[in-house]
Amino acid sequence: MKKNWTKFLVVALSVMMVFAMTACGGGSSDGGSEGGDNVLHLGGIGPLTGPAALYGVAVNNGAQLAVDEINAANPDGVQLVWDMQDDEHDAEKSVNAYNKLMDDGMQILIGTVTSAPCTAVAAEAYENRTFVLTPSASAAAVVEGNDNVYQLCFQDPQQGQIAADYIAENYPDAVVGAIYNNADNYSTGIYDAFKAEFEAKGKTVAAAEAFADDANADFSAQLNSMKNANVDLIFLPIYYTPASNIMKQASDMGYAPKYFGCDGLDGILALEGFDTALAEGSLLLTPFSADAEDDATKAFVDAYQKAYGEKPIQFAADAYDCVYAVYEAFGKTGLGTDASMEDICEAMIEQFNGGFSITGLTASGEMKWESTGVVDKAPKIYLIQDGKYVEQ
Amino acid sequence: MNFLTNLISGLSLGSVYAIIALGYTMVYGISKMLNFAHGDIIMIGGYVSFVLTMYVGMNGWVALLVAMVVCTLLGILIERLAYRPLRGTGSLAVLITAIGVSYFLQNSALLIWGANPRVFPSLFEGINTIHAAGGKLTIAPVSLFTILANILIMIVLTLFVNRTKAGKAMRAVSEDNGAAQLMGINVNQSISLTFAIGSGLAAVAGVLMCSAYPVLMPTTGAMPGIKAFTAAVFGGIGSIPGAMIGGLILGIIEIFSRAYISTELSDAIVFACLIIVLLVKPTGLLGKKVSEKV
Amino acid sequence: MADRLLKSISSRGLKNAVKGSEYRKEALISYGVLVVGYILLQLGAAVGFIGHNLQGQFVPICVYVSLAISLNLVVGISGELSLGHAGFMAVGAFTGVVVTRVLEQSIEFGPARLMIALLVAAFAAAIAGFIIGIPILGLRGDYLAIVTLAFGEIVRNFMNVLFFGLDEKGHLLFAFNHTIDGIENNQRIITGAIGATGVTKLATFTGAAILTAFTLFVVLNLKNSKQGRAIMAIRDNRIAGESIGLDVKKYKLMAFVVSASLAGMAGCMFGQNYSTLAPVKFNFNTSVLILVFVVLGGIGNIWGGMIAAALLTVLPEALRQFADYRMLTYAIVLILVMIGTYNPAFRARITAFVEKIKPKKKDKGKEKTGKEAA
Repeated sequence: MKKNWTKFLVVALSVMMVFAMTACGGGSSDGGSEGGDNVLHLGGIGPLTGPAALYGVAVNNGAQLAVDEINAANPDGVQLVWDMQDDEHDAEKSVNAYNKLMDDGMQILIGTVTSAPCTAVAAEAYENRTFVLTPSASAAAVVEGNDNVYQLCFQDPQQGQIAADYIAENYPDAVVGAIYNNADNYSTGIYDAFKAEFEAKGKTVAAAEAFADDANADFSAQLNSMKNANVDLIFLPIYYTPASNIMKQASDMGYAPKYFGCDGLDGILALEGFDTALAEGSLLLTPFSADAEDDATKAFVDAYQKAYGEKPIQFAADAYDCVYAVYEAFGKTGLGTDASMEDICEAMIEQFNGGFSITGLTASGEMKWESTGVVDKAPKIYLIQDGKYVEQ
Repeated sequence: MNFLTNLISGLSLGSVYAIIALGYTMVYGISKMLNFAHGDIIMIGGYVSFVLTMYVGMNGWVALLVAMVVCTLLGILIERLAYRPLRGTGSLAVLITAIGVSYFLQNSALLIWGANPRVFPSLFEGINTIHAAGGKLTIAPVSLFTILANILIMIVLTLFVNRTKAGKAMRAVSEDNGAAQLMGINVNQSISLTFAIGSGLAAVAGVLMCSAYPVLMPTTGAMPGIKAFTAAVFGGIGSIPGAMIGGLILGIIEIFSRAYISTELSDAIVFACLIIVLLVKPTGLLGKKVSEKV
Repeated sequence: MADRLLKSISSRGLKNAVKGSEYRKEALISYGVLVVGYILLQLGAAVGFIGHNLQGQFVPICVYVSLAISLNLVVGISGELSLGHAGFMAVGAFTGVVVTRVLEQSIEFGPARLMIALLVAAFAAAIAGFIIGIPILGLRGDYLAIVTLAFGEIVRNFMNVLFFGLDEKGHLLFAFNHTIDGIENNQRIITGAIGATGVTKLATFTGAAILTAFTLFVVLNLKNSKQGRAIMAIRDNRIAGESIGLDVKKYKLMAFVVSASLAGMAGCMFGQNYSTLAPVKFNFNTSVLILVFVVLGGIGNIWGGMIAAALLTVLPEALRQFADYRMLTYAIVLILVMIGTYNPAFRARITAFVEKIKPKKKDKGKEKTGKEAA
């Protein structure tokens, strides 16, 4: 009996504690309009902890910057409230985060940052009628069958195709290899499309090697395979963290191929401690570069550095553009901020399908959306030269 | 030549696993607990060394020493605060607490150093890669040093455990806790010492690993931690030479299966080899066969 | 005969066998926890006291509670440490997704499809449990733990290169390693690391609660059967069990396979609750999480594990107000609760406190505590 009583007490205490917390958290559940009447609630979801945290944190920072700018520029107009919830890059937690935002009176969702969680959330948002614009979830499945979900980034297959076309055209004599992350749908999505398009052009991928998620892995086996196949151009549809590792290890073994990366490679030069000479001559297909010379990018990079003490990566710029796109499109719907989430969703869909366009950091011209949710914007190719991104 | 290059990569990776596995094995030997937070101490060691070289401007080798001291203290502190209160309550309770400590370390690192990954400044900056056999065989200095460091650590540790008073006390405690206490051995001190040595070695492993594979993130230690744990079991958990052999074999299998079988399934192959070894030798390669008494 | 001997050697078996009331009490509390929890949550949702966030977790809570019950069969009742429970969950989840997709055309009624999927998932996971169980159950203690860990990682690694699809005629296609030629025009069900997308969600709270009840039923009945007593006798003293002619491997395998198939069913339910399912979900961390439920609830204590599973599933959500410090707080709570429930000194203090406030009505209770202390 004694044992059971002790256990019971501990359990009872924990129950009380958890419920007290839930109750506190749920307290603001229907208080949709704190701090004035003309407020639009933007929700965000992304990994703020765990191995993918850097992408979620960048999106959180970029969006917050845009929200602050908009609120400061027009204090009497629509005021934005930004609430970003952590999902640890996990579909289950992401749906939880979405439901939490629903409880807190979210009206428009900017997210989810990563693809697999976004696919899960998109299905929920489709049922509940939440308008979704994702800054960076680039898998095709995110928008498939969901009329309410739009992407600001290029889709994975799009990137693979563009990269294949570019390499086939500009480097016809190169022996091309690829290293991709087979545990990541971003990477496999791009690689599959790349391979298909490249082979459709009558070329072959001389060597293709995979790795599984672990950014700190030993890549010597993959690099040896590239070297033995005499590969002189490696296609890297992966994020910059493992890419920096690959470049370092290649240089350690005295192997110096050219690299071609996608938008995930952006940020490699800003990586603290990275020897930028290793990436010299690399090409990357990315909609945004922190070294671009145009005024909008410069202003954004300055503001971001002032606020967060580091250079923004592409995810931050995507989120920044997302907030502006949503804000402008919402303005055009003519709805007031007291409109319901469902009404806003239908009106926003009408705007996005009806040729709404906007310029931003992540496109050289205007971006528009197709009714499938896919973005229509011109790709940019950058060359890394003297430690800087130079647009091609 | 290709074979040799792969072999050296495998030995170098295996040496990192071996040094981490030592920490697992010693702690397991003395307190019969699986310290899943061990991998995260590697990460802390990496970050401390990074901060000291990049922000304070310390020499890499001095920074390594400081990182060792920090990790040693951290190891003792964790044992005192989180594990000691649960001593004698069964290994599962401590295992879960260790997982809690692992979450704690990872999330602390996230809050302190942020989510952005860092590129670790190699200890061997400026030392050229060694080319042999007409450029076909390349050896990175960090690989060579890691292998040598592993051998050195192994020798020193074996001498320490077998020749010194403190080492003998550690062995006695791991043999029979109660009897050791009756013989006047301070059990608490011995366990603290084990954690101290294991954590100090984790710092060395962290710096060496990050010198070879330079990405530093709050989750950097997680996967090597699990692999090293596998290596420790491979060699027979509780055995110091076993940890070394287990680590080396694991590293070689990993690299070879990537090079000659499949890069996608290399982890599956490593773990499958482990299962096969345990089926043939249920207590690992060098593990002691413990006969059960009624 | 063996059964009778068994009772005399196993202290717990003795207590349990002699006092059937202990069992009845455990069953009563376990089912009570489930029913009361179900009613409270349903009521709360109906009157609008419970928001979207908690409502969205109803199915996962049931799934994790089921997983905790099934893992308790291995860890608590059979006494083996398993670190690969998520592997069986993955087998069940992916089997379930494939089965429901294949049957989509032929069976319109969702719950029927779910039912069939659950059965097939249970079968598939049982086979996986059998295959992995046969060779490894001879291993002891932590060595078994590492092999189950290895198994979980192997499953996840294989899922990353596994492809399933349907052709125009509705035939199931299957491939390894991106060689999914000719599948372009066909419907993909599982695409390697991307996993399954576009899953039609069939899981409901009631369905998940019924699954939990079923899991509870199976485990409690097994525990209370002759086989269950044999399993526990082997746990308490393997050699003594062997000496009276109990087939150690058989009984260990029985617990392991039943646990695996129940985990497969829970995984199947989990997979049917989200429109997407990726292999990365079923990694080491998930296995460990389920183990945490079991240990926190008290090893072998079924209803304790159930409550721990429910609370620890809700806890990270309840901590959202801590924003950046959320997971750090979670870690600290976990460590403190572990020390709180297991540290002898701390327990003694709480027990003393309980003794003080506890109404002294039964002399019998006192007698028993005296015995336990001895």
